[in-house]
Amino acid sequence: MTVTDHTQATADAAHSHGIIPDKSRADRPTSFDVDAFPVPTGREENWRFSPVRDLRTLFADEAVEGTLEWGASDLPEGVALTQLTADDAQARTVRAPGDRASAVAVKHAAAPMALTVAANTVVDEPISIDLTGKGGEARGHILVELGQSAEATVVIRRTGTAHYSELVSVNLADNAGLNLVLLQQWDEDAVHAGEVLAKLGRDARLRGTVVTLGGKVVRLNTSVAFAGEGASVDLFGLYFADSGQHQEHQLFVDHAVPKCTSRVTYKGALAGKTARSVWIGDVLIRAAAEGTDTYELNRNLVLTDGARADSVPNLEIETGEIEGAGHASATGRFDEEQMFYLRSRGISEEQARKLVVRGFFADLIHEIGVPAVEESLMRQIDLEIAHVEEELGDE
Amino acid sequence: MSTLEIRNLHVTVETPEGTKEILKGVDLTINSGETHAIMGPNGSGKSTLAYSIAGHPKYQITEGSVTLDGEDVLEMSVDERAKAGLFLAMQYPVEVPGVSVSNFLRTAKTAIDGEAPKLRTWVKDVRVAMDNLRMDPAFGERGVNEGFSGGEKKRHEILQMELLQPKISILDETDSGLDVDALRIVSEGVNRAKESTGLGVMLITHYTRILNYIKPDFVHVFVNGRVAEQGGPELAERLEAEGYDRYVANA
Ligand SMILES: Nc1ncnc2c1ncn2[C@@H]1O[C@H](COP(=O)(O)OP(=O)(O)OP(=O)(O)O)[C@@H](O)[C@H]1O
Ligand SMILES: [Mg+2]
Repeated sequence: MTVTDHTQATADAAHSHGIIPDKSRADRPTSFDVDAFPVPTGREENWRFSPVRDLRTLFADEAVEGTLEWGASDLPEGVALTQLTADDAQARTVRAPGDRASAVAVKHAAAPMALTVAANTVVDEPISIDLTGKGGEARGHILVELGQSAEATVVIRRTGTAHYSELVSVNLADNAGLNLVLLQQWDEDAVHAGEVLAKLGRDARLRGTVVTLGGKVVRLNTSVAFAGEGASVDLFGLYFADSGQHQEHQLFVDHAVPKCTSRVTYKGALAGKTARSVWIGDVLIRAAAEGTDTYELNRNLVLTDGARADSVPNLEIETGEIEGAGHASATGRFDEEQMFYLRSRGISEEQARKLVVRGFFADLIHEIGVPAVEESLMRQIDLEIAHVEEELGDE
Repeated sequence: MSTLEIRNLHVTVETPEGTKEILKGVDLTINSGETHAIMGPNGSGKSTLAYSIAGHPKYQITEGSVTLDGEDVLEMSVDERAKAGLFLAMQYPVEVPGVSVSNFLRTAKTAIDGEAPKLRTWVKDVRVAMDNLRMDPAFGERGVNEGFSGGEKKRHEILQMELLQPKISILDETDSGLDVDALRIVSEGVNRAKESTGLGVMLITHYTRILNYIKPDFVHVFVNGRVAEQGGPELAERLEAEGYDRYVANA
């Protein structure tokens, strides 16, 4: 097992020694122009953990044939799902793409789609969108827009297989509330690079949950920008990497205005010799962002030898006038004392492992807030654990 | 009628300084209905004995035997030992975050019995057992031992023992750190189990106080990895008065 834990916290303006971080996360380029981003080699700061070879088709600036098949639940009053022109989609995207795969996705998305919820519309039932890969190359551009004081839960589930890149733009008007659940339940050969860009207006609330179980490579980069005071974001992530899987989650929370709150909680389990996970959590508290309250956490549970989890929290603080800022990152082996305790009560090894892993994820799953999704996830985690048993049996 | 028989048990652990022998030939027989108090100084190997019987992977058995009704316990996996009727109330119960007490108890009961308990009677049994141990029903929804106080953890151990109904139970310092009220509650639980199921008990303790509540049939003085002396309840009183100096000097 290899565990790396890079913890880095920088503070400059807040302290007198005035260290300027090498490069602020805010300095990364953003552009709709694909050429603004050279093809990644794997040496770049934001690609250094990524298997760029597996992702290379997603960097090609060319049109592709394939698309994902769309299925959506019945849309209630006040909710619309419409196809946009490329120009329109670009104009309504909250920020320009932050890397080449994302810029390529926007440029070559065959059918940009916008899900809009009208102002003051409160949707009780979750809105489900199923995206199914049919193989081949596919690009996607999705917009989720909530009007002022609108509230909704949106579950986007990806299954099947594809080489897929995507940009999801989330725009919450003042006082809107969105619970967005992104489920990566791809077949085992899918490759997915995605960027999620969210902008929150004054008093807006975003709960974003990412669940990555399937796929060969999944690399999701989520950025949240606060555009108005009093907004809050909760970002949850759950991943389970088996042998042959690379699961990478990058996060960037940009506190640019005062009195906003962010909470980031990502938990992952890894099993199998070549299972790999990467978590990078960047939080920037700009000079103007007084009264910010932020905390980010990443925990990894390594179930078998050989698996590798990287965890890199990074907090940049440019003002001392904050409510709170912290981060924690921990990667640990499966706890043999817990196993012994459960087994000493007659519980079999397999059942005990199931209980411990379920327990590890339990609080996170309960945060999703969509009962049907929570139940199916518990079943899927049980299946993942069953795979672990097979792996261990093979040894 | 069950019998746990420990013969010439030698146990080692791996330490940074090399292999270290901790148990140096333990002989002990416990029958159903009997209570054996094991008393001895810190570090004499009492917990090692308890863990070795339960099958903790840290301890290697190098010599000797442990049988339950003639069956070779040392050949059994940890969960098989529990299913065979052994129970260990741990000195330091382990926290298992995110696994609720009620789920844990039901899973354990199902494993021990080989079938799920009847839902209605089970819910009632748990409620009554918790009530007897003055445990708030809210504990059912908490994570196993998660954030429990020392006394709550010990009561939770006894709760499990009462519900799982083992043949032989090893209580490793279940009394340590309990105030007198909690001690009485926990002792009542042990006595209930003795009465209703004929439980045999190995009661590891530092203090004679618990022996006022749970009457031992035998007292064993444990020093330096083996039983140095055994006797009746009167031996405990002598230990209380004289301490272990006599044995330690001889060891
Ligand atoms: N893993 C280990 N590595 C090194 N030494 C160990 C290990 N486990 C136990 N020991 C040593 O073995 C001896 C016996 O320990 P044990 O816990 O069995 O004693 P005990 O009689 O239960 O003590 P106490 O009354 O303090 O609970 C001690 O000296 C202890 O330090
Ligand atoms: Mg001990």
